[in-house]
Order: sequence, then structure tokens, then C-alpha cells
Amino acid sequence: MANFYTDNKDLKFHLDHPLMKKIVALKENNYVDKDKYDYAPVDFEDTMDSYDKVMEIIGDISGEIIAPNAEAVDAEGPKVVNSRVVYAKGTQENHDAMANAGLIGISLPRKYGGLNFTITPYVMSCELVSRADAGFGNIWGLQDCAETLHEFANEEIKDEFLPRFNKGATAAMDLTEPDAGSDLQAVMLKAHYDEKKGKWLLNGVKRFITNGDAEVSLVLARSEEDTTDGRGLSLFVYDKDDKTMTVRRIENKLGIKGSPTCELVFKDAEAKLVGDRRLGLIKYVMSLMNSARLGIGAQSVGISEAAYREALQYAKEREQFGKPIIQFPAVYEMLTDMEVKLKASRTLLYETCRFVDMYKAYNIVAEGRKLDKEERAEYKHYVRLADVFTPLLKAITSEYCNEVSYDSLQIHGGSGYMKDYPIERIFRDARITNIYEGTTQLQIVAAIRGVSTGSYLKQIRVYEAQELKPEYDYLRRFLIDMTAEYETTVSNVLDINGKEVDNDYLDFHARRLVEMAGNVIIGYLLLNDTMRDSDNEKFAELFIRKGRTQNKEKAMYIENFELKNLGVFKK
Amino acid sequence: MTGLKIIVLAKQVPDTRNVGKDAMKADGTVNRAALPAIFNPEDLNALEQALRIKDSYPGSTVTILTMGPGRAAEIIREGMYRGADNGYLLTDRAFAGSDTLATSYAISCAIRKLDFDVLIAGRQAIDGDTAQVGPQVAEKLGLPQVTYAEDVLKYEKKRITIKRRLERGIEIVSTPVPCVITVNATAPDCRPRNAKAIMKFKHAKTITELQGADEDYMKMHDDRPYLRIEEMSVVDVQADTKWLGLSGSPTKVKTIESVVFQAKESKRLTSSKSDINALMNELLANHTLGN
Repeated sequence: MANFYTDNKDLKFHLDHPLMKKIVALKENNYVDKDKYDYAPVDFEDTMDSYDKVMEIIGDISGEIIAPNAEAVDAEGPKVVNSRVVYAKGTQENHDAMANAGLIGISLPRKYGGLNFTITPYVMSCELVSRADAGFGNIWGLQDCAETLHEFANEEIKDEFLPRFNKGATAAMDLTEPDAGSDLQAVMLKAHYDEKKGKWLLNGVKRFITNGDAEVSLVLARSEEDTTDGRGLSLFVYDKDDKTMTVRRIENKLGIKGSPTCELVFKDAEAKLVGDRRLGLIKYVMSLMNSARLGIGAQSVGISEAAYREALQYAKEREQFGKPIIQFPAVYEMLTDMEVKLKASRTLLYETCRFVDMYKAYNIVAEGRKLDKEERAEYKHYVRLADVFTPLLKAITSEYCNEVSYDSLQIHGGSGYMKDYPIERIFRDARITNIYEGTTQLQIVAAIRGVSTGSYLKQIRVYEAQELKPEYDYLRRFLIDMTAEYETTVSNVLDINGKEVDNDYLDFHARRLVEMAGNVIIGYLLLNDTMRDSDNEKFAELFIRKGRTQNKEKAMYIENFELKNLGVFKK
Repeated sequence: MTGLKIIVLAKQVPDTRNVGKDAMKADGTVNRAALPAIFNPEDLNALEQALRIKDSYPGSTVTILTMGPGRAAEIIREGMYRGADNGYLLTDRAFAGSDTLATSYAISCAIRKLDFDVLIAGRQAIDGDTAQVGPQVAEKLGLPQVTYAEDVLKYEKKRITIKRRLERGIEIVSTPVPCVITVNATAPDCRPRNAKAIMKFKHAKTITELQGADEDYMKMHDDRPYLRIEEMSVVDVQADTKWLGLSGSPTKVKTIESVVFQAKESKRLTSSKSDINALMNELLANHTLGN
């Protein structure tokens, strides 16, 4: 009777955040759907109650179906039969259960059969599913593609494709190629418009495509002849029913084995243009990637949750030297550190979700009427916050997820290295999270903008001004000191040359600076969480204490680092 | 072909599968407060069979009928979340204390008031474990009954074909409708709750549950008649109270013994072959292992 939602009170805690009132009001637009759809909510409380009940279904399916299937799915994996992907038996069962429960297209508008949920509960569903099976988390999370179609495609495409999701259609985003991985500007797959057929045709190869044989695929292709950069790329939607795209092979991976990673061959494959030409990479894929990164953040938190629980249970049961190993300081310190990282990841995850939710909700409002000046300002404010928080989230949660899985396996000792316990699989699954959808190193490239433009600092000031219980003032004082230290360190790096920023030097220290900002931000978030539940005090205190030490180390390293020292590292 | 009208008999039961220390009271009766109330598991198997018929024969409807106190309305909602269309709660103080005979009498009175083609129930409930109510209802209504059903195979020319799971094999039988079917736990699990159904039916209430609701809520109920869970009382089903409750229940509990499992003796074995062989022989002889 496992339910991954009800067995974890943190989830409802984050779902019930006060900002949800505003987000839901915008998203439900005065509850206009209530007379049109029998499942539409009538007011805010009703909406939140629906979120809660639907999360309970997902928690149930995750605990009762997906998690029990995970081991067999990992062993069996998908295969290619006649150029088509066949899922492992358990993967298909998982997908069917989600589809039959009417859960796919969870954030699509009701007129397309969706549930019209905000991003926060959707991301929570990704966390729940990933705790059960991270590999299946990908197949589940790719419904993001429906969001992209909804946001950018024309009405005809929307009417054709979107209603298929709630009926069970899966999706894929076909971006990378053998020579275009992190650098998507190098995409070569060709799209040309066939005047006779009046259709776009795709030709070329895509590689490392997750769930590549999905019913609906978004394909990034070069539509403009004689171009070599990102501005020659457009986004297309391909329908599997056309059967002109074939699967050449699937990769044999370290982890997330249930999620098929495909090499695809397009030969005169008919596809439809999404939005405008030339905006494929620079606009649509950037938006899609941001959603995907949020999804990987959720996946990372889900994996951390699973890894932490495995370690806790093992440490309680395993006896050595006449007592359970959880009683040894070396073990309980690791467990508590893991738990703190888990709570830290989760609070950052749902804060980021709310920023995304705010601006996406304004997008919907803007479809119906013009936003007023104040609303436009707020919209832009949240777009900026989402932009700098998303890479921060992806970097921090995926690294933590690796650390937590590593420590969990360590607590299992030799048994953890064997296939006898789930941690062996969880450890392998964790390893991809800081690689795909942009490595941590690339997240830092995006996140450093939050440092150099002062966006993180600005948000830190907002947190600083928030009301707090007086008994936690000592923690706030730590955070204020950490902020001052962060400011000094940032200006040291930016001003190293006297006038112009030395980009190599900034890039060199970028990760340190981003992590310093991250520690302050997460410290405040955990501290704010104590306002609604004082049980969080312990985690705020432990996190801030450690974060403070880490930041001092980084600040000192940078303080004692001169421009010329860069040369020592150059290869 | 027009669809079938299906009634699923369901019972809210204490979850006896996960009993803790306080599952029984000192007097040997079930401590209902300590056990979560759930949809009887085999009734969920029955509901799944009903929903499969509904999927295969468009126009079919699935109605849940349950007997119990007011809070048993929760399992009607549970059924709706999984695909049932509506439900009836048979509730009255006069039903209290009914054994299987009185219960099947009450249910058969209720069913006479309803229009149906097929009545499907779980084989037995996990609280009483009698497996009597389904067959007794069939007898009282004078209907053919198929027990131990595992799969409803087809419906054609007013006949329904069913696979039965028996001790030493399977049997395929066919019966005219109306009929009564009781379903085994070996039948497929019930589908999960559906997100849209949950949002649609979470406000489904009985008239008793609606007492004290505010005006807006009542208006919503007036606008959405499908949210009404019908209550049926003794008067509604025209039952004779002498066949109900304690007076209608010949089953009398004589004594209740609280069985506490504990190890009374222990045996120490070495890892030698002879010790292990002796243990195996003992376990085979007392039928702990094998048949």
C-alpha cells in the first residue's frame, strides 16, 4: 500500500505555498471553465483539493506499480524490433496506468483534454515518478513537448496533436546529432519545403534521442540553406503514424535503462513547421530546454528521495559490532547530510516552479487580453527569476542527487555494490542527471549571468526583507554575513582587471560564485520554510552552518587567487 | 446493441490486511476505529469486470450499491473515481447487526427497486469471509448465479459468457441475463482512480452529507444532478424489519477467542545433515511443507 505522495509530508507542504493562491487565480482565469467542464474547479480551495487528490493518484501509481516494476525494467530494457522501439514490459504497464488514469497532458488546457494544472503540481508528479523509477521519469516528463506545441504552434497543429496526449500519446524532443550535442547550433538535419507536395520533408540523423520513437516528436532541423548557425534552424513536429522515420539503434547505457535512447533516421519524413522559421533554436528550443531542466531538477529530487530512504532503512536494519549501524556517528552524519541536501533541493525546486508558474500564467492571461503595466512588470520580473533560477536548480539538485546516491551506496557497504539492493540501480540512474539537458558546467555558464547582473543578489535582498520568527534571527545574521562576503567576492572577480571583466577569469571562478549564491538562496528558502512548519528549523540550521563554511572556503580561495594563476591550470 | 445496466455490490470493510497490535478490542471484536475503512478488495475486482463490460458495450452503465453507515458513501465515490456512473447507499438503523441472511434480504429488497441486467459482486469480504451474500441475493431474486468468476468473456444475444476459476482448472459457462456474478481475487486488479473522474465526482454526496452545506454548494448540487448519491432506507426499499438487524439474523456469536501467536518452545539445530533432514521430515509430516 505504498503511496509516494502521502508518505512524504514535504510534498503537500510545498504544494500549499501561499503564492499558489495568485498562481491558481491567474491560471484558472476566474474559474471560467467551471460551467463548461464537469471536472473544472469552482474556486481556489477546490483547485488545491484537486491537486492534492490527483497527486495522491500519482503517488499511488508510483508506489504500487512503477516502483515495483523498476528492477525488472532495468534488467530487461527496451529493444528495437523492425526499426521500432518496444518498451520493457514494466515500462508499458507504467505508461498505460498513467494514461488510463487520465493523467497525461496534466498542464494542457481542458479544451485539449488536459487537466489545466499549474507547473508546480506537474513538476511534483515528475518528482514522484522519478523516485519510483528515474528512467520512466523521462517518458513521463516528455509531455513537456505538449506545452511547447501549445505555446508556439498554430491552431491547426494544436488541434491535431494536443488532444492525443490525454489519450496516451508519448513525446520526444529530437535535438542532438552526432556532431551537435551541447552545441545545438551545429544541427545538420535538413528540412526542405517540397513545393509539389506542399510539405516540409526532413532528412538526416538524430542521436541520443530519449524516447525517440514517440507518437509525437519535436524535431530541430536546418530549414535555411547556406546557414551554419542557430538562426538557420526551425522546429518541426513529426507524427509517428507517418512511419517514414526509423530507429536505427538504441544505446546501451549505464543507467536509466528503461528509457530508450535512440538513433533516428529521417528519410523524406513529412513534418509540420512549429511557429516561425528560424526561431527553432533561439526561441522554442530554449523554452523547451528550460522546462526540461526543471524536469531534471524534479527527477534529481526524486532520485535523492529514493536514495536517502534506501540508506535510512538499510542503516536501521544492518547490525555490526552488536548494534544497528545507524548508531555510529560516521553513518548518522552521512544520513543527516543527505537529508539536508534533499530538503535543500526540494525547496529550491518548488521555488523555481512558482517563478515559472507565475510567468506562464501571465502568458495565458495575455492570450485573452492585454496585460496592464503592473502585470507586465510582474511578468518580466518572474521571467528573469525563472531564467536565473532554472540553471541554478538544475546544477545544484543534480549534483546533490549524485552525492546523495553516492553516500547511500556507501552506507550499504559491499552489499550496495551488488545487484541485491535497489541503490545499485539508483546510483547508476543518478549519474545522468548532471550530464543531460546541459551538463553542470553548462548550467553554470547560464547561471553566472545571475551573478554578474546582480539578479541573485536582488532576490536575496527580497528574502532578507521577509518576515521571520525572532528565534531564528541568529540564522538570518549568518545569511546576512554570507551575503556581504558573496558581494565582496563577486566584485573581486569582476574587477580583477581594474576596468573590463576578464571573461576567462570569471568563467574560471563561475561555479564557485554560483554555488556561493546558491548557498545563500537555499539558506533563506529553508529559513522561510520554518515560518510555515517549525520542523524545518533543523534543516535550515544545518544547511546554513555548512553553507557558511563552504562559502568561506570559496571566498578565501578566490581572494588568494591572482589572474596570473590561471596559467598554471591551462592545458 | 444497447448497453447493459450493471449493479456492483460493494462493501466498506476494515482493512484487515495490515493489522497492528490494536486491531482487536479486549472483548474480541474488531476495533474498527483502529483500522482504515477500505473498498473490499474482491469488490474492486468485481468493479473492474463491470467497467470492462462498460468499455466493450457502449451505452452500459455501472451503479454501485452498498449497505452500511453514512460514511460508506466514501466507497461509492471511490467507485465513481474508477469509472462507475452513480451509486446507492442502503442505510438505516434497522439494518444494524444484520448477518448475511438479513443483509442479503435487505440488498435484494433494494435491487427490486432498481433496473438492471447484471449484478456483480466480489466473492467475499475480508471482514466476515463468508462468501454468502452474493449467492443469497441471487437465490432471493431467483436469478442464475455464476460464482468464482475471473473474466467476463462476452455478451451476445442476451447471454453472458464467463470464465470461472476453480480449484483444479477453469470452466467456461454461459447464462442468460439478468444474472448474478461473484468475482475472485484472481481476476484482474481494478484500474486506478481517474484524474478527471476524481475532479468530477469528489463533490458527490448523499443528502445526509449535504446537511449544513452552504448555499453555493447546494446550488452546485442542484446544477449537477450526477453529484447526488441516493440514500435508501427500510421504507424506501419496502423491507420488513422483522427480517432485518438482530431479529432477522439467525447467526449468533457464541464465544470469541482472541488468538495470540507466540513461540512456545524452541528447538536448537546444528547445521549437520542429519539435523536438517530430521527437520524436513518433521515439517513434511505435519504438513507445514507440501500438501
